[in-house]
Amino acid sequence: MREEILRVMDRNARISVTDLAAILDASEDEISSEITKMEREKIIYGYHTMIDWDRTNDDHVLALIEVRVTPQRDQGFDAVAERIYRFEEVSSVYLMSGAFDLMVVVEGKTMKEVALFVARRLAVLDYVLSTSTNFVLKKYKENGMVLAEEKKDERIIVSA
Amino acid sequence: MRKYINSKLEGLAPSGIRRFFDIASEMEHVISLGVGEPDFDTPWKIREAGIYSIEQGRTIYTANAGLKSLREEISRYVRRKYDLTYDPQKEILVTVGGSEAIDVGLRSILEPGDEVLIPEPCFVCYAPCTVLAGGVPVPVPLSEKNEFKLTAEDIQAHVTDKTKVLIFPFPNNPTGAVMDRQDLEKVRQLIIDLDLFVISDEIYSELTYGTERHVSIASLPGMQERTLVINGFSKTFSMTGWRLGYAMGPADLIKQMTKMHQYAIMCAPTLSQYAAIEALRNADQEVEDMRTEYDHRRRLVLKLLKEMDVPCFEPKGAFYVFPNISRFGLTSEEFCQKLLYSKHVAVVPGTAFGDSGEGFVRISYAYSMQQLKEALSLMRAFTEELARGQHV
Repeated sequence: MREEILRVMDRNARISVTDLAAILDASEDEISSEITKMEREKIIYGYHTMIDWDRTNDDHVLALIEVRVTPQRDQGFDAVAERIYRFEEVSSVYLMSGAFDLMVVVEGKTMKEVALFVARRLAVLDYVLSTSTNFVLKKYKENGMVLAEEKKDERIIVSA
Repeated sequence: MRKYINSKLEGLAPSGIRRFFDIASEMEHVISLGVGEPDFDTPWKIREAGIYSIEQGRTIYTANAGLKSLREEISRYVRRKYDLTYDPQKEILVTVGGSEAIDVGLRSILEPGDEVLIPEPCFVCYAPCTVLAGGVPVPVPLSEKNEFKLTAEDIQAHVTDKTKVLIFPFPNNPTGAVMDRQDLEKVRQLIIDLDLFVISDEIYSELTYGTERHVSIASLPGMQERTLVINGFSKTFSMTGWRLGYAMGPADLIKQMTKMHQYAIMCAPTLSQYAAIEALRNADQEVEDMRTEYDHRRRLVLKLLKEMDVPCFEPKGAFYVFPNISRFGLTSEEFCQKLLYSKHVAVVPGTAFGDSGEGFVRISYAYSMQQLKEALSLMRAFTEELARGQHV
C-alpha cells in the first residue's frame, strides 16, 4: 500500500486523499494515516512544486557544480558536504561515483551571482580541491515531465 | 446500367457507433468518454525501433506470414505469458491488426449457411464479417447477472446442427467482462462435445485487473486444435495506428489464412513489424505501468458511478465499464443523446454492441483522471436531473 501511495504521489503530490482512496481501493482513513506515518518517518520529507521559471518574470538560473574534495579521516565526505549544503544558495548535494565527488546544485538569479558564490564560498573551503560550474541553459525534461509539451487528444471522438 | 454494388454489403446496417459519432462530431466542446483506443502514446523505445527500421532502409515487403524473427518473438511471448505453444513457422500469421485476423479467419473457415455464435454485447465486427464470409451470425445475449460471462446454458440455447464457430471475445469490449480459468472450464467440455471451432479474440489480454491474469481458452486441454487465437499490439502496447495483429491456430488453418492474406494484403507493414519485435522483447514494464494506471482509473470510475447510484458490475478487463442505466426509464440511445445534448458528454449506447446492450452504456476510461472526473461529474448532474423528472 505504501509504495502504491508513493508511486502515485511521486507524479502528483497534490492528489486528494479522496482520490487516492478511490484509485487504490482503500478507505480515506487508511490513506491519510499512512501518509502521516510516512511523513513522520521522513519517507515523505517534503512536497515540491515543479515550476518552469522561464515562463515567469523572475530571473532564475540553475547550475550543476562538480566538486572534487579530499575526504577526511573518520568523516569521509560527510563533513565537507555539510559545510556546503548549509548554504541557502545550494538546493541539492549528492555524493557521486566517478570523476568528481560532490554534485552541488545551486540556484540563483543571475549567472554572475552563482559564479561569485562558487568563487567566494565554495572554492575557498578547506578540503575542496576543485570546482567546475555547469549552467543549465534549457530544461527539456524534469522529474519525468517534458516541459513545453502540449498534447492534444486527436483520437476520433467516438469509436468502437 | 445494372446495379453493381454487392447487395449483402449494402444490406449491412452501419454500426450504431457510427450513428452516434455523426451526432457527437457535429458538436463543439464535447467531453468524450467514447473511444475504444488507449490514450497513451506508444512507448518511446518502440517508436524509436520503428524509426530506426526506416533509417535502415527496411522499406520492403516481408514474408507473407510476417518477419520470421517477429513470429519467433510472438511464439516466445505467448508461451511466457499464457502458456501457449505455437510453431512460428506454421502456426502464426502476422496481420494488419486483430481485425484482419478476425476477417480472414472467418472467411477461411465458413461455408455458406454456417452459423456463428456471437456472444453479445461485443465488438462490432464479428457479425458483419460473418455475413460477408457467407455465414449466419447468431447472437448469444449475455446478461449482467452472469457478469456478462458466457455460460454453457447460453451456448446450448443457441446451438443448432449448423453451428460451426463460436466467437469468444474476452476480455470483452464493451462490458469489461473476463472469463477466468473456472469459467472457461465450465464451457470447455461442451464446446468439444458440440465440435465447435472457437475464434478467441484476446486483444485485451494484457489488460486484466485483480489477482488473476488472463487465461487463454486455447491453453485448456483439447482446445488448441479447435481454436484460432487472435491478438495484437494495439491495446497492450498502445499501438492502434501501427495496424498490427496476429492469429495463432492449427497449421492447416494458418496455411489457408496465409494464402488469403497473401492475395489480399501481401504482408503487414514492415516498419510496424520491426517495432513490434522491440515491444515484445523489452516493453513489459511500460505495459505494466499503463495497466496500473488503467486499474486506478477503473476503480475511480466505479466509485463515482456508485456515488451517483448507477449500478455497475465490476469489470475485470479491457478499459471499459458498462453501467446499467435502465432505472432512468430511457433507452440507451435516448440516455446517451440527452447526455450529449444537455452536458456535451459522449458515452456510447450499449445497443451499439448488440441488442442485449439495451439498458447499458459503455464508458471508456482511456482518459486522464481529470477528464474522467469532469465528465462523470457532469453525468452525475444529468442523472440527478433525470431523477427529478427533467429531460423527459
